[in-house]
Amino acid sequence: MAVVEVRNLHKHFGAGKVHAIDGIDLSTEEGEYLVLLGPSGCGKTTLLRTIAGLEEPTEGDVLIAGQVVTGLPPRARKIAMVFQSYALYPHKSVLANIVFPLRASGMERGPRDERARWAAGLLDIEHLMDRKPRELSGGERQRVALARALVREPTVFLLDEPLSNLDAKLRTSARDELKRFQEEIGTTTIYVTHDQTEAMGLGDRIAVMSDGKIRQIGPPVEVYDDPADTFVATFIGSPPMNLVTRGSTFVGFRPEHLLPVEIVSGERVTMTLDVQRMEYLSGDRHVYGEVTIGDAPSRVIARLPATVTTPIAAGEKHDFAVPAAKLRFFDVETGLRSEPVRLGS
Amino acid sequence: MAAGLTRQRRKLADNDGVLAWAFLAPSVVYILALVGLPFILAIAFSFSDVTGGDPTFDWVGFANFSAIFDDPVFWASLRNTFVFTVISMVLIVIFGKILANILIADFRGKWVVRFLVLLPWTTPVALSSIAWLWLLDSVFSPIDYVLRALGLIENNVYWLGQPGLAIGSVIAVHVWRLVPLAAVIMLAGMLAIPKDVQEQAAVDGAGFWRRMFEVTIPLTAPVIAIAALFGAIFTFTDMTVVQVLTRGGPNNETQVLTSWAYFRGIEGSDIGQGAAIALFLFPLLLAAAIAILRAVRRMEVS
Repeated sequence: MAVVEVRNLHKHFGAGKVHAIDGIDLSTEEGEYLVLLGPSGCGKTTLLRTIAGLEEPTEGDVLIAGQVVTGLPPRARKIAMVFQSYALYPHKSVLANIVFPLRASGMERGPRDERARWAAGLLDIEHLMDRKPRELSGGERQRVALARALVREPTVFLLDEPLSNLDAKLRTSARDELKRFQEEIGTTTIYVTHDQTEAMGLGDRIAVMSDGKIRQIGPPVEVYDDPADTFVATFIGSPPMNLVTRGSTFVGFRPEHLLPVEIVSGERVTMTLDVQRMEYLSGDRHVYGEVTIGDAPSRVIARLPATVTTPIAAGEKHDFAVPAAKLRFFDVETGLRSEPVRLGS
Repeated sequence: MAAGLTRQRRKLADNDGVLAWAFLAPSVVYILALVGLPFILAIAFSFSDVTGGDPTFDWVGFANFSAIFDDPVFWASLRNTFVFTVISMVLIVIFGKILANILIADFRGKWVVRFLVLLPWTTPVALSSIAWLWLLDSVFSPIDYVLRALGLIENNVYWLGQPGLAIGSVIAVHVWRLVPLAAVIMLAGMLAIPKDVQEQAAVDGAGFWRRMFEVTIPLTAPVIAIAALFGAIFTFTDMTVVQVLTRGGPNNETQVLTSWAYFRGIEGSDIGQGAAIALFLFPLLLAAAIAILRAVRRMEVS
């Protein structure tokens, strides 16, 4: 049974002018880590808030554990949510923050303190119990917010960009911790982010959203290797997938598959790269240039790993190739995946 | 280019020190002339035998103070001032909070309602007090008319003529006048709470009352304190309501420090005693001012 399911969900703002959610069907599996990924304004946070009950959908239904909860207030949904700001109660101590949901549910003092200690132990914040939120670092605040979400044993965790307030270094370790934490608890989690690294690293499945719609949903490998359309292809991957026009088709390939021709063996498509610029980034060489497969030249990026030592310089022309199996084809009109096209070489 | 830059001269308006004084000067002059000087005069008069008919200054020591201490009306005024202030303040905070909760709700035409609610505060006290004088009239009171029509009373009520009712009426007018101000202050405080925290409380399973008492009120406590103190100060220092409605009557039952100082000092022409009575406003106002500044400081810190 799906833990969370939304059916034909629509949410309009401003008298129907803005379609923040424009017809979404989605269901999570038990214990799954589902990431909603998309650029800002794509409706991912609105979708999460609608699941939480903080927004009323204009149309459609939200189901939690098989029950329609569309009209119910947040407190009746047995969910836990961590906001981007962590939304700790600033006037309460860490302990009081953590036990707040338990007090709201009417639990006795004894068992409630025990559960708070259990959650604090899990997140390694027992020594902070008497502090006020303002005396905590960003990482500690995040843990308190997680502990508060955890104590109630919710059916689902809803996390809204919980890492975006941390500095870059902390974010990596916090991401790792979040993942281990969820594996330990095993609670279904829906996680909203605009950061593809977070999405790829955390998600069992990723739902890529844009303009209030889900463009593709699948495991990270699938979303990366087999993007459903040009939006997903260019949104995911850094640098993004190269799209080269050839008639009414975009030929797409990832920068790491565009390599000097002598490296690529087997069935391959060769092209001449007019090298314009080079960047040297964490061991990789990023080569910017133009290739022509069809009629007009297209800008592409090649990412050469440190193991490829072929000398390349700006201003030169160089023969590159892509393994045939790594080519993806998209319709220029719709942006959707299309049938493979036989390329001339 | 460089020559163009050097030609730009430093103007007077670029000098923060001069500007600060220029902008502060009018209010400093105003405060010195209309608050500082009268305050010093009041202290001087309270130790003198100055009267309306004989304005020459003669030092009399504490004679004025011992005279007012011997007068039971002074003690009644002092007690009434505190009773009126404390009861009004409590009611202003409670009703202000309720009104703020209503005003924060999102409904059609809330701007019109907010405007109408503020009207009692914007009306000059003297005008609204006169309106209340008519509303509470012993013969023509529309309140009595309604109560009679509802069958709740048989004869007209002497709102301003019976001690208990007169005290109640004065307090009611103070509350009516100051609740909108308190509500708007608290409304501003509630709007400043991060929306996340409110929503978090809703997700955490807290119902309306728990959200109100455990989240909204603690987070707006400094603002509520300011609303309460404003209510207290305006009630404490006001003499118009008493002056218009009861003139301290019946039998000095609603006399407060301000009205008693006025009756003694201006109408009774004993300026020395009037000043001595009025000086008793000072300690409490000082305490209230300190409390307000501390509340503001707490808001800045958190």
